Amino acid sequence: MDHVLSWMVFLPLLGAAVILCLPSSAHNLIKQTALAFTLPPLLLGINLFQSFDRGAEGFQYVVRAPWIASYNIDYFVGVDGISISMVLLTVLLCPICILASWGINKAVKGYFALFLLLDVGMTGVFVALDFFLFYIFWEVMLLPMYFLIGIWGGPRKEYAAIKFFLYTLAGSVLMLVAMLYLYFSADPHTFDMVKLMALSGSYSQDPVFLGLTTQHLLWLALFIGFAIKIPAFPFHTWLPDAHVEAPTAISVILAGVLLKMGTYGILRINYGMLPEATADFAFWFLAVLGTWNIIYGALCAMAQTDLKKLVAYSSISHMGYVMLGMSAFTPQGINGAVLQMFNHGTVTAMLFLLVGVIYDRAHHRDINGFGGLAGVMPVYTGVTALAFFAAMGLPGLSAFISEVLVLLGAWQAYPGLTIIAASAVVLTAGYMLWTMQRVWLGPTNEKYVGLSEINARELATLVPLGVIVVVLGVYPHAVLDLINTSLLKLNDVVLSAASTAVALR
Amino acid sequence: MHGISLEHFLTVGLLLFVLGLYTVLTRRNAIGILMGVELILNSANINYVAFARYGGSSTDGQIFAIFVIMLAAAEAAVGLAIVLGIYKNFDSIDVEATDTLRY
Amino acid sequence: MELTPVSYIRWIPALPLIGAVLNGFAGAGIQRRFGERGIAILACAPVLLAFAISVQAFLHLLSLEPESRFLLDRVAGWIDIGTMKADIAFLVDPLSCVMILVITGIGGLIHIYATGYMHGDQAFWRFFAFLNLFTFAMLTLVLGDNLLVMFVGWEGVGLCSFALIGFWWTDHKNTSAGNKAFIVNRVGDFGFLLGIFLIFWSLDSQGHGALAFRDIQHHAGSIADMHFWGWPVATLATLFLFVGATGKSAQIPLYVWLPDAMQGPTPVSALIHAATMVTAGVYMIARMNFLFAMAPETLAVVAGIGAATAFFAATIGLVQNDIKRVLAYSTVSQLGYMFIAMGVGAWTAGVFHLVTHDFFKACLFLGSGSVIHGMSNEQDMRKMGGLRTKMPITFWTFLIATLAIAGTPLTAGFFSKDEILWKAWSSEYGSPVLWVIGVAGAGMTACYMFRQVFMTFFGECRADPEVQDHIHESPFAMTMPLVVLAAGSLLVGFLGVPEFLGGSNHFHAWLAPVFEHGAHGGAHHGHHDVAMEWTLMMISVAVAATGVFIAYLFYFRQSFSAARVAAIGGGGPYTLLLNKYYVDEIYNFVVIGGTLLISRFLAWFDGAIVDGIVNATAAITRRVSAFNGMFDNRVVDALVNLLANRTYALGTRLRHVQTGGINAYLYVIVGAVTVVLLARLM
Repeated sequence: MDHVLSWMVFLPLLGAAVILCLPSSAHNLIKQTALAFTLPPLLLGINLFQSFDRGAEGFQYVVRAPWIASYNIDYFVGVDGISISMVLLTVLLCPICILASWGINKAVKGYFALFLLLDVGMTGVFVALDFFLFYIFWEVMLLPMYFLIGIWGGPRKEYAAIKFFLYTLAGSVLMLVAMLYLYFSADPHTFDMVKLMALSGSYSQDPVFLGLTTQHLLWLALFIGFAIKIPAFPFHTWLPDAHVEAPTAISVILAGVLLKMGTYGILRINYGMLPEATADFAFWFLAVLGTWNIIYGALCAMAQTDLKKLVAYSSISHMGYVMLGMSAFTPQGINGAVLQMFNHGTVTAMLFLLVGVIYDRAHHRDINGFGGLAGVMPVYTGVTALAFFAAMGLPGLSAFISEVLVLLGAWQAYPGLTIIAASAVVLTAGYMLWTMQRVWLGPTNEKYVGLSEINARELATLVPLGVIVVVLGVYPHAVLDLINTSLLKLNDVVLSAASTAVALR
Repeated sequence: MHGISLEHFLTVGLLLFVLGLYTVLTRRNAIGILMGVELILNSANINYVAFARYGGSSTDGQIFAIFVIMLAAAEAAVGLAIVLGIYKNFDSIDVEATDTLRY
Repeated sequence: MELTPVSYIRWIPALPLIGAVLNGFAGAGIQRRFGERGIAILACAPVLLAFAISVQAFLHLLSLEPESRFLLDRVAGWIDIGTMKADIAFLVDPLSCVMILVITGIGGLIHIYATGYMHGDQAFWRFFAFLNLFTFAMLTLVLGDNLLVMFVGWEGVGLCSFALIGFWWTDHKNTSAGNKAFIVNRVGDFGFLLGIFLIFWSLDSQGHGALAFRDIQHHAGSIADMHFWGWPVATLATLFLFVGATGKSAQIPLYVWLPDAMQGPTPVSALIHAATMVTAGVYMIARMNFLFAMAPETLAVVAGIGAATAFFAATIGLVQNDIKRVLAYSTVSQLGYMFIAMGVGAWTAGVFHLVTHDFFKACLFLGSGSVIHGMSNEQDMRKMGGLRTKMPITFWTFLIATLAIAGTPLTAGFFSKDEILWKAWSSEYGSPVLWVIGVAGAGMTACYMFRQVFMTFFGECRADPEVQDHIHESPFAMTMPLVVLAAGSLLVGFLGVPEFLGGSNHFHAWLAPVFEHGAHGGAHHGHHDVAMEWTLMMISVAVAATGVFIAYLFYFRQSFSAARVAAIGGGGPYTLLLNKYYVDEIYNFVVIGGTLLISRFLAWFDGAIVDGIVNATAAITRRVSAFNGMFDNRVVDALVNLLANRTYALGTRLRHVQTGGINAYLYVIVGAVTVVLLARLM
């Protein structure tokens, strides 16, 4: 079990290779193969969940081997509390998305091979502990995504795919520059994240540009790279386009996993390696921007008429909670933030799957073009209600815990902002209920009386997520216990650095 | 062997060389040119052997002469084959006719 | 304070939850296979069992010393992060015991009633699933041992209320009413959340971060002198909590959802919008009485809002024609009285009125439901009349409940309302102004309630002939709860007979342990002026009697025409009242319109400006790249081509050397060798 993480990362790669060897007309075989290579990582993940040492501060399941020795680049993977929650989310969502992609019938072989490659990149990003390896995985994930949107997407797929690709790539470049700077400033040069974190205090305090120190500039470069991924205002406009055009499963992955990479990167790299700059910038770039994200996303969502775009904007709103929570440096805030990352992954995945279900039947997503679906598809409506209420943060469901923790944690640091952010509970209820009313309730639209009820395969993708949403609402410590120790340590790193940092607030 | 010195051999070799060179330069018949080449090679052989005999104690010259004879045989074989090929294509073995490689 | 750990309390909320889950997931199948009866049993049994356990808890409390009447059932840990600790735990003390008895008792009756009322509905099972879920949420709300568990119930009742108001979801009128209820409640929840945060962090800064009520109570003293943004923490926190209470309990300015909530089936109106959910705000203030007692400014606001609501809702109630809307405004108004009680620190009086109001208002709602049921779903009182003989049980129970709400001496409403009015006058936070408003409201209450009775049960029947033919008394499942509740409306008042009338006020004694910390608000204060108390009581009874008399003149004797009164001032005042002061319209325009305007603007901003910048960046990049491409073609590549072309030209000239003639080559070779040799020789 030493190499469990490597197996989790590279099994899908093996699967992709196997799929490439299969005849391209064997659609079912290809789909089954894809599923067969994403289920073992899930089982390994469950095993990891059970055996993970909740009390340990450091990285676990570490594997380290020299890779490009002349540049001190290692194959170095491992997980701590922050990353294990994200790894679990990834391995959970991947088989679900394979199931959700069962209806794909265009270039099936390419789709599933690319999907598995995407899986490799995603898992890899979360387990990589060598910055270079991290960057490689980061880029590995980008390319399949481009093709998956660009080939299997909707009418404006090329536009959306290019926008997504270029936007993310622009962020990657800034990240690359910062990464190289960190590499060369370490002596001996290293990409080892653990060592780079240990060096966090060693950067010069002298201002180099507009009164900003080296650390500040690095922080900003990395932050922009990650903010694009979150996506934080004003770098978010690729998201609605990508979501609207992407096929259902890809939307699920995009919202469920990819967005988390932004906040994960900030926690792992900005917080871990540049704590002083983090302390200086947290207010403006995380708290204020996060609050703005929450309100802005909610209000934009309210004005949408495309169901998928609405969910996309609600994602922007919900990711704002993550930023606000992590900016407060209270145990509740930062735990709430990471829990919110996990919960948003499951809840938004459900929402996108549900939109996919209706899109497959009605072939449009116009909120005003439906009505009274509850009479036609009662089971579907029931599941939707669960997902919508979870997204509203209703108590008893998972998102409530994380939102309350975030808001409670943020209150201590920024009560004013918290009041503004908390007002989103009203806005969220507003747009969610209004949507629900227009699509599912009211007189049944004559056009859609013949729609078929949600089928077993679609239910199989939704029910596990629904169960998790309920269980985590009642027993949030299933995730909180995993993440708490690592996050408290990270909090301490930033707080102790903050006491020596130049106050910019 | 008295009375015949190195100069005599060299003179014969020179004559042969000049004759061979003249043949090569003046003949338009490809086979003729080949024969001229043979003469030139043999003039070299004479020089090798003569220098070996009068120059030193080793037999290097004689050995090289044998190499050259072998080479000449091979050259003749390849050359005649080419000439045959030329004849097949051009119905002539006049070297003036074979100007396809011009410009 | 001594706690008794127990482990059976959890079943009180758990049983209805089990009922809800069974009905929700298997209900459709059960209804198909076993009919409505199966669902009815599955839904009613858990609530009645929960009532039995509640009675057991009550007896358990009775067996304990008054100071240690606290039963705690800690089920499991829930959230434990940093100093924040919230358990899933349920607490039964005298206050929550009263509430669970009411919820499961009256709730159980309403469940039974609903099996008759909802008869024949396709989604019978769904109705009871939500009704059970509501009961669970409400019980969680009152039993919750800490603010977060209470909040679970707090939002849960909002959800169930939303689902039940919009139960007949094919009509957008119903779903809109549901949305309105949920969203307005969310505004209150927002305030409640902020209150939780402020309380927690204030206590935390003193080293006592806590969410459990008894811990907050224990450490409340430590934040007495703290300030936040220049406000005393206790004042600000209680104001936040009060925002939550106004949402849930339908007080100004958040009362607007309750009248619309009448779109739901009548048992829902009775259970949620009269008896239980709307009292949550009152209960919460009673639960946090120790904190409110620390904040006189908040108490003044509470009392002021309560009085204003009591008065304004009553004026609207005077002119409404929908039988349920009258009751809805009456509920808003009565809740206002409870808030007056809370605002003057008369916690017991407020809770007492809550209980008596539960009985008579549930009875009134169920009675109106019975009328609606008998009248083939007609709700307009102008089309009723003369039902006294056709629906005798409904009539008598309705009349008893009306007498109670009007404050007829010796009925339940008399004792509780009178106690509130007396405290409003005599408490250290009270004032005669509050009393005057309260008495005026009581007069109007008597007037509109009797107007309703006269319009509905007396006179000629004004319904269509075919509706008239079908008028019938409701089945036993519906009349039985009416009778029980009517009996309660007559009798529960005797639990709290004030001392000056020779009673011993059991109710007061029972709740005393809960309110001892907030008691300096005047609960023990002012009982000496017996003569004054008598006087005030007589005045309020007289005013109520006047109200009844006015209704009698207008609607029974018809000595005066209501239409003529309505025409006073050109009909302006009447129209204003009939349209509920246009508050809904104002809210629609300002709040909803404003939000939508902002949201559309931001969506435009997002698409046109933010995304516009992104796309403009792309366009500029394309433009630059086009120019760059041109430069590349015309300049850089031109240079490359120039070099290539020159080389080609040179080659063209030089190739003439290649003659193809072997002789020529040989001459060149020989010539060249000769030249070289000559050069060497020279």
